[in-house]
Amino acid sequence: MKKPFMVMDVALCQGCNNCFLACKDEFFENNFPPHSLAQPRHGHRWMNILCKERGKYPKVDVSYLTAHGMQCDNAPCIAKASDGAVYKRDDGIVIIDPEKARGQKDIVNSCPYEAIFWNEEKQVPQKCTFCAHLLEDGWKEPRCVQACPTGALTMVRATDPEREHMVVTEALAVYCPEFKTAPRVHYKNLGRFTHHFIAGSLAFKDTDECATDAEIRLTDDSGQAVMETRTDNYGDFIFDGLKKDSGPYRLEIRVPDYQDMALTTKITESLNLGTLFLDRQEGKTA
Amino acid sequence: MGKIEKLTSGTTGGPVFVYVEDGRIIRITPMELDDTDAPSWEIKARGKTFSPPRKTTLSPYSFAWRSMIYSPKRLLTPLKRVDFDPDGKRNCTKRGESGYEPISWDQATDIVTAEIKRIKREYGSSAILSTPSSHHLWGNVGYRLSTYLRFMNLIGYTYADHNPDSWEGWFWGGLHHWGFSHRLGIPEQYDLLEDALQNTEMIVFWSADPEATNGVYAAFESTCRRKWLKDLGVKMVFIDPFFNHTAAHIGGKWFAPRPDTGNAMALAIAHTWIAENTYDHEYVATRTTGFDKFADYVMGKEDGIAKTPDWAEKECTIPAREIRALAREWAGKKTMLASGGMGGMGSACRSATGNEWARLMICLMAMQGIGKPGINIWGTTQGAPANTDFLFPGYTEGGISGDVDNSAAGFRFVYKMHDRPTRSFVNQPMGQHIPRLKIPECILDGKLEWRGKGFAGSAMEAQFHKYKYPADGYPEIQMYYRYGGSFIGTMGETNRYVNAYRTDRLSFVVNQSIWNEGEVGFADIILPACTNFERWDISEFANCSGYISDSYTQVNHRVISLQKKCIEPLGESKSDYDIFAELSKKLGFYDVFTEGGKTDLDWTRQLFDATDLPKHISWEDFCKKGYFVVPIDKDRKSTPALRWFAEDRHRDTPDWGPHPECQEEFGKGLQTTSGLIEFECSSLNRFDPDDPERPPIPKYIHSWEGHHTKDLYDKYPLQLISPHPRFSFHTMGDGKGSWVNEIEDHRILKPDGHYYWIIRLNSRDAEKRGILDQDLVEVFNDRGRVICAARVTERVPPGTVHSYESSAEYNPLGKPGESADRGGCINLLTPSRYITKNSCGMAPNSCLVQIEKSAKGAN
Repeated sequence: MKKPFMVMDVALCQGCNNCFLACKDEFFENNFPPHSLAQPRHGHRWMNILCKERGKYPKVDVSYLTAHGMQCDNAPCIAKASDGAVYKRDDGIVIIDPEKARGQKDIVNSCPYEAIFWNEEKQVPQKCTFCAHLLEDGWKEPRCVQACPTGALTMVRATDPEREHMVVTEALAVYCPEFKTAPRVHYKNLGRFTHHFIAGSLAFKDTDECATDAEIRLTDDSGQAVMETRTDNYGDFIFDGLKKDSGPYRLEIRVPDYQDMALTTKITESLNLGTLFLDRQEGKTA
Repeated sequence: MGKIEKLTSGTTGGPVFVYVEDGRIIRITPMELDDTDAPSWEIKARGKTFSPPRKTTLSPYSFAWRSMIYSPKRLLTPLKRVDFDPDGKRNCTKRGESGYEPISWDQATDIVTAEIKRIKREYGSSAILSTPSSHHLWGNVGYRLSTYLRFMNLIGYTYADHNPDSWEGWFWGGLHHWGFSHRLGIPEQYDLLEDALQNTEMIVFWSADPEATNGVYAAFESTCRRKWLKDLGVKMVFIDPFFNHTAAHIGGKWFAPRPDTGNAMALAIAHTWIAENTYDHEYVATRTTGFDKFADYVMGKEDGIAKTPDWAEKECTIPAREIRALAREWAGKKTMLASGGMGGMGSACRSATGNEWARLMICLMAMQGIGKPGINIWGTTQGAPANTDFLFPGYTEGGISGDVDNSAAGFRFVYKMHDRPTRSFVNQPMGQHIPRLKIPECILDGKLEWRGKGFAGSAMEAQFHKYKYPADGYPEIQMYYRYGGSFIGTMGETNRYVNAYRTDRLSFVVNQSIWNEGEVGFADIILPACTNFERWDISEFANCSGYISDSYTQVNHRVISLQKKCIEPLGESKSDYDIFAELSKKLGFYDVFTEGGKTDLDWTRQLFDATDLPKHISWEDFCKKGYFVVPIDKDRKSTPALRWFAEDRHRDTPDWGPHPECQEEFGKGLQTTSGLIEFECSSLNRFDPDDPERPPIPKYIHSWEGHHTKDLYDKYPLQLISPHPRFSFHTMGDGKGSWVNEIEDHRILKPDGHYYWIIRLNSRDAEKRGILDQDLVEVFNDRGRVICAARVTERVPPGTVHSYESSAEYNPLGKPGESADRGGCINLLTPSRYITKNSCGMAPNSCLVQIEKSAKGAN
């Protein structure tokens, strides 16, 4: 059976919040029994957008990650609920039955992704339904996907083996895999959100020009090369995709006619080394 | 559940499908086009074919419409200030403090019309001041230049002219180098998408953030195109004191010059090109004048200061070597300059140095051969292929007013739409009018002198005209008919606007508004209007026309939609048209205003008939489908902007100007007297060659509120920029119970239940002040104090702080006009000073402030 799941490309999201707002538009004051009761005007984030800013001025980037009901195949909310108030449908979508779940506030805290919200007025836990009512009505995609102007959000329909194949071939990742809930939401380029970079600029001290096309190597503790890059026309370089709390790393810079430079650093978060000035080495040749 | 109807409408952020059930709007979505709609365009470039997705995009605030229609701040009945008695004590100085009581429509229209008659009887109609807010709703019939002007033209009024707020430096400065007065100084943009896809190697975004400002009204239509360019390997550079959303999205080299000093960087780029002989000599020799004088200034021959990158570094903080690297790359690559999101515009043009900035942008591109393949000023938002022959008016074309003086009706549309268009003989250059930016001075001081009436683009010289208030023989303002409530959020030094209400010099204030927000609560009588979802109208996606002629080249498909009356007006609210019709009855001109009883639907049909739509679709079919996609001729010929100029041919683009009267030979050359790009502006030489604030060649002039104004800078060491907001359209979408408030990059909810406006500051500035992310802070200077939530970030350099303009909420903690605001009106702090004495535009991005952790509120 082909079942829906979500793929979100972190590199394509610009944080426009259209998905967040479209979700509000769909559910505010609208009941969709038996899947959901109306969402209150404020406070709920069935579609939530997390923002990550990396680096220090002026070497900085900004990424967003949409975090919503993960429709987990191993969903803690199902386990937590009494009376079968939360259930998984055949198509994989996890639904909180608004009638059966009335009063079951514990369900909110069962979600490690914090994707379940308490409706104080109606006394029910609520979350993303993948717009199940619309999919049943023939819609190709939920409101958040329809609203996305960049193609960062897509809904894919695939059998379980097809999905597993896609996870491998398209390098799809799970956000916070340590929760072990087997989410049906997958991410591309998740490293933009979870990993770190070392960036900086190179300049020649004697001429005060940007050091263009300089070779820089990043090696680990044992001297093994981790990455290599070259500076651009502004002397800028970046090594991305480094794990938090990793290192020490050694940066080796070699430019013809200039003294070699090396420095060692650890990664706690993304790093801007600033401008490194290279001294001319008299007599040195390429 | 009842039957769900799928209707159509339009918004400032795109056309929409509206789902209605049992008289309630339940869903608003962008439009997905179907197979019966006209095919999409295709562009072939570099071995690939590019074609847009078959759907419309929608801006964030448009998704929030349901929360604003069903808003707790909706005005649902006419209101009267409790201590206002038109026949007794008026308590004018209490405005903004007293409460309101509901009254009937009959009582409200009685009071308003009695006051209009009293003023006319005692002073004449020009003692009535009126002005609307911009961009409030969408639709050619209901727009302010249509319904509002039609009514105001009939009662007579002194209009508070809108300044060309988004254009300022281009209008007062850039225009003098090349004309384009019919675009307020911004160049045409036709077919530059195809040109860029085929030829461009680099795009420099200088004070341009199209992902945040969406061109204008054009949602995310151009987002996919910038991705195409990026994927083709076109290099992206961003020059902006804020690491803006386009930079964050598409990536590229980021330069953050100190605010108000980018002009030093521009001059240093010119210096590098001259010093290294990398500018287009042939183009400069044949298509421009005055270069030698400019070059002398750049190289230091005029004033002894060579505008080298080293010189510039001291001003703008960007390392000289990086300026040189940029200049070399720019000269070596076919480069588009996106100097503002529409080609022009950009927050840099709304500053003390905005004139010179826009001027330098034009001069830089003139040095690189603007108009040659791949080389142009292009905001990346306009210039998609479109059928420009198909007539459907933009909202500036006057709709049902037919006003040829104060809208673009006279361009073409009035002749198709009207037998009896309306005009005002007060709101004329020879009548009485005032500038919106100085409403408080006019009310409180009773006198003013300035230059230029509003969007004075009829000719290059129109902005030089000097005016005064009161005009000779005209009365002083006694009454204010305000339409909307945005100015405390959108103008400069806006405690002025608060205080202008709290005076006996204004004996009567009426406000016509949808929501009770901003300055609405300063009126004596409030008339509740409804949204465009509650009345009939007709409109096209992102079609402004007038000064943004053919602006639908921003969108991927020209979509014209019938704006159906989706629901009945909420409560006792009425459409603006019906409110004015009610007032017209008591003023005796109902038949004239309504042309014998026409409804908004009748006008909608009349407007439909005046366009090219009936050649393609019947009214009945249009009503049934709700929208129409304008087809493009398969053999359409591409005419890239200014290519004709670069190649010294007759203009072949569909631009609507310049007027033949200002050209030696019509259609040949630019609007300047030389017909060429003038490095030394002949128009400024004729006006005042000795104006030190706006000299004939562009120069580096220190900001009157920046790091050189030492005493002030010592006291207020942070330079605040406040560009157009990302998630709201000015005040539209913000406040009023809108979901936009919940966007964590728009406002921050604190435990006291308030959504606080955001100010962004660098981690080093935050640390010095003991400020943590999301802390409540007070942003202040001599003009006022605003309580904001801090966003500690690396997206601004130390010394620069960033906040958006346009809070809809004004929420003073004490006496209005004198106390700290926690609504978020950052414009309480920005200057009211004109860019220059003779350039009567706003300069909110020259603003020094201090920030401290707030002792108040809920940290």
